[in-house]
Amino acid sequence: MSTFDKATVARMATLARLKLDDDELDHFAGELSQILTWVEQLSELDTDQVEPMTSGVAGEGLRWRADHVDDGNCQDKVLGNAPEAAQGFYCVPKVVE
Amino acid sequence: MSHSELINLTIAEARDKLARREFFARELVEAHIAAMDATRPLNAYVTETAEKAMEAAKRSDDRRDHIREIGGSCASMEGIPIAIKDMFCTEGVPSTACSKILKGFVPAYESTVSANLLRHGSIMLGKVSNDEFAMGSSNTTSAFGAVKNPWKRADDAADLVPGGSSGGSAVAVASRAAMCATGTDTGGSIRQPAAFCGIAGLKPTYGRCSRWGIVAFASSLDQAGPMARTARDCAIMLEAMAGFDPKDSTSVDKPVPNFEAALTGEVKGLKIGVPKEYRAPGMTSEIEALWEQGIAWLKDAGAEIVEVSLPHTKYALPAYYIIAPAEASSNLARYDGLRYGQRVSGANLTEMYENSRGEGFGPEVKRRILMGTYVLSAGYYDAYYRQAQKVRRLVSNDFSEAFQKCDALLTPTTPTPAFAIGENADDPLAMYLNDVLTVTVNLAGLPGMSVPAGLDQKGLPLGLQIVGRAWDEETVLRIGDVIEQQSGFNSLPAGLAKL
Repeated sequence: MSTFDKATVARMATLARLKLDDDELDHFAGELSQILTWVEQLSELDTDQVEPMTSGVAGEGLRWRADHVDDGNCQDKVLGNAPEAAQGFYCVPKVVE
Repeated sequence: MSHSELINLTIAEARDKLARREFFARELVEAHIAAMDATRPLNAYVTETAEKAMEAAKRSDDRRDHIREIGGSCASMEGIPIAIKDMFCTEGVPSTACSKILKGFVPAYESTVSANLLRHGSIMLGKVSNDEFAMGSSNTTSAFGAVKNPWKRADDAADLVPGGSSGGSAVAVASRAAMCATGTDTGGSIRQPAAFCGIAGLKPTYGRCSRWGIVAFASSLDQAGPMARTARDCAIMLEAMAGFDPKDSTSVDKPVPNFEAALTGEVKGLKIGVPKEYRAPGMTSEIEALWEQGIAWLKDAGAEIVEVSLPHTKYALPAYYIIAPAEASSNLARYDGLRYGQRVSGANLTEMYENSRGEGFGPEVKRRILMGTYVLSAGYYDAYYRQAQKVRRLVSNDFSEAFQKCDALLTPTTPTPAFAIGENADDPLAMYLNDVLTVTVNLAGLPGMSVPAGLDQKGLPLGLQIVGRAWDEETVLRIGDVIEQQSGFNSLPAGLAKL
């Protein structure tokens, strides 16, 4: 169907916000092409009449829950693991000039 | 009792002896802390919490005294020392999924499953290693380094992998540095390391144990389960872990059975299916022979053996390697270097994301994020992701058909015994094949268990897998217990804690 060439790896890395060096791009292009060729055997199957399975186990759907606040007022805990925080906020590099 | 006697007890034995006051929880915990110390070269634990464990053991003894005074019964795992896989968030104790990107992360909350275990009286000894983000079958991709299997081949000294991803859990339990451990299983991550290390491990039905507070890998496949030395211990532990949790939208509201009561020692009249497609390529003749032996044991015990067919088996692994990376790429988007974990600065926000993720994730995780991003991207979604979800339905339907003819399935757990650290390292596809016999069960969301059943010629443990109908862990445990009785497996690894 398609190949996982170096340019494709680079494009996926950009979409996934992953910095990869040139060696990694080459390496992953080789490996991912091999994996992609292998998974393509799925196209042998005629699945026109098959409903995709999206639940973890057949017969169980997702349940509804009430939309209400049941947690909160724990700013210190939330920010406790932040690499950088100040005055109750996360700090990030400047995004607006 | 001596420390070495204490660490060799099963949970069921320790529970009964604690109840008869033959020893205190603090002695049991002390013995396991000594074992944790003695087995440190195996690298199973990534965070040891010995002091906290001793304090908890004293509180456990106090609770037992109190209940004795007022009358009543103790919690089911009162005083039992356990290990928790590093995929579980534990309040106030570092939880990193064994990834650099979560270095230093200390959760402000406790996962539901570990909280349930604590509520049932168990005592955490520490956190144990896994493949980074539970992605792997060898426990060699952990940021804390490879974990070593306590078993060795009779004829060489090479360090073997414990399997993965729950390698640290399996090693802690096999080497007696914990009585049991939590695992998580997305494609075989409880059952394969259990088989490689000669212990028992059960992946419950999807939705049986809450996923809340467990680091997410592939949310529609991940399930937590018990790892222990016997089917009975797995039953005790599963009962303490399981239960409906409103905080997990996929947790299913069903009563938790008394799993231990299901171990009747009786399989007479049960129909055991043997799927012909499970003679996997590369399966060793010894594993085939063990499978035949397992069939003979169950037949002797009065079960009826029926041949069944699961025709889409060979498509399960490729479908898994589309679905799991797709879900992983989406789940792992949260690691942005902004709110928690490791940040690597950059000239702007995008560079900060890219640098943090580029340095924080290891090669296996990056490979899966790239694959997942690809199969979900515009133009490829239908051809790969949607097709894989349809194949998942076909795999699930295969099981439904088979369970018209039988009550449970018996298969080997893995195509080979444990391999040496470094083997398969350069070939991701060869590594992925470890999961060929276990992954089908995750796609269908069914309960599956590995029990130790014998040794190969080189003295390495081999496991048999029992697969049950959805929500029927009881039959799975019952059969596992009977196989244990029949096999009489009592071999011990060379790397057992020496105290």
